[in-house]
Amino acid sequence: MIAKLKRSYGSGIEPLMHLGQNYMVVDRSLIPEILQVLRDEEQFDYCVDITAVHYPKREKQFDVVWVLYSFAQNARVRVKTQIAEGESIASSVPLWATANWLEREVYDMFGIKFDGHPDLKRILLPDGWKGFPLRKDYGILQQDNEWVQINLGIESGQ
Amino acid sequence: MTDSRSLSPLDLETPDQTFLDANELVINMGPQHPATHGVLRVILRLDGEKVMGLECVIGYLHRGVEKIAENRTYTMFNPYVDRMDYVAAVSNALGYCEAVEKLLSVEAPPRAQYIRVILTELNRMASHQLWLGTHALDIGAITPLFYTFRDREEILKIFEKYCGARLTTHAFRIGGLQYEAYEGFEKDVKNFVSFVKPKIDEYEELLTTNRIWLERTKGVGVISGKDCIALGVTGPVLRASGVQWDLRKAQPYANYKNFDFEIPTGQNGDTYDRYVVRMAEMRQSLRIIEQAVEGIPEGPIMAKVPKVMKPPVGEVYHSIEAPKGELGYFIVSDGSTQPYRVRVRPPSFVNLQALELMCRGQLVADVIAVIGTLDIVLGEVDR
Repeated sequence: MIAKLKRSYGSGIEPLMHLGQNYMVVDRSLIPEILQVLRDEEQFDYCVDITAVHYPKREKQFDVVWVLYSFAQNARVRVKTQIAEGESIASSVPLWATANWLEREVYDMFGIKFDGHPDLKRILLPDGWKGFPLRKDYGILQQDNEWVQINLGIESGQ
Repeated sequence: MTDSRSLSPLDLETPDQTFLDANELVINMGPQHPATHGVLRVILRLDGEKVMGLECVIGYLHRGVEKIAENRTYTMFNPYVDRMDYVAAVSNALGYCEAVEKLLSVEAPPRAQYIRVILTELNRMASHQLWLGTHALDIGAITPLFYTFRDREEILKIFEKYCGARLTTHAFRIGGLQYEAYEGFEKDVKNFVSFVKPKIDEYEELLTTNRIWLERTKGVGVISGKDCIALGVTGPVLRASGVQWDLRKAQPYANYKNFDFEIPTGQNGDTYDRYVVRMAEMRQSLRIIEQAVEGIPEGPIMAKVPKVMKPPVGEVYHSIEAPKGELGYFIVSDGSTQPYRVRVRPPSFVNLQALELMCRGQLVADVIAVIGTLDIVLGEVDR
């Protein structure tokens, strides 16, 4: 399956395997097309997870990761792409309804925007919160002091 | 003092349309509400008693588990995973330990695998019992709660004797087990199985043909298998909608392939079918426990794992069938002693997203039934 994709997309897609698990690194521009093909032609009908990883020292700081599963083939595949700070990525809500909350969580924690998401807002943190906690430059004890003081009426949550 | 969090979503909902000559009513349920099983807030749009739509507001229990993981070593993070789905702590630990073992390319020895399966299935049983008691209580049947808590106590006693803790057990270690099974462990487990088998019949006697129970659950919160898959819903909810899929069979982990068991399914995808599926799953868990306890091999309980764990650079996604559905761990290692990133794919979080679809068009009292039947744990939703 991956070989077939490789033939049609060439250098834009790099199939890899680690610890017996298939994944592929895909160009950001190809993402909407590849995800569509994976769902429609390769029967990856279940989007298990969408998440991200932050690499602050890299030029393109973020990895966005989709974990997909196909009931028909009983197979998993991970799709990865790199995006830079400020860049956005196409939302996969039209492909898998479950992407709605998963993408909101990625936005909440990393500040990555998904184009075409129906309601992209914070999900776990309060709406007015500033900062994206799962970025590497966000300290483990850091918090939005202003939000805490206004809304909780205390100096600090620490 | 203004709480921007509690006001902003309501501001959007101005009743400009009328249904049945009545204004649309927006009411707030939770976060402190006995039937939301924790701190879940649901904003309901009602037309009379009919639910026109709803929005979940979550995050009240967010502790930043994934951030904590990046600041702890692999071993130090192990107890934290128990605090996500705290009624099924053993399952959480199994998923985490196996994921890290995969990264390290080690495998727990057979004896450890057997004891792991026994404890995990006992925990599934305990989780389903707690679900049954509270779910039935929510929709008006008080008695099952006392029955299930009485019997769940026996499981917790086994946990306590095994590792000293009842809920957040921290039962497993990366590479195997910390503790050898105590003397009489096998006897205790066997006794428990024969004790609880007739008790499950007792629960069923109280509910399965109870007319009020049927009225409150049949045809309530229906979801199709197709919608389940689109929404990523897994676990008993998916199976009750007719999709026979269980990770223990589909992609066996631990040593589940050694055991003979079935995957119970339903057809209608309603609250009643989910009840039937979970009751059948309890019996299947007992079947697995019975086989496992007979076959515990002798041998070591810990694989050779370095004292300072530095998994090679790479990433892994490993998931298990937790009582609530697919619980996945995506771990990225940069070769240091601390994980570079740990992502938890929580079944409760993803399943909760289906609440809106399942409640639309139902009565407001059914929202309680549907929250109960989804079997969410807010510790896992919010992490």
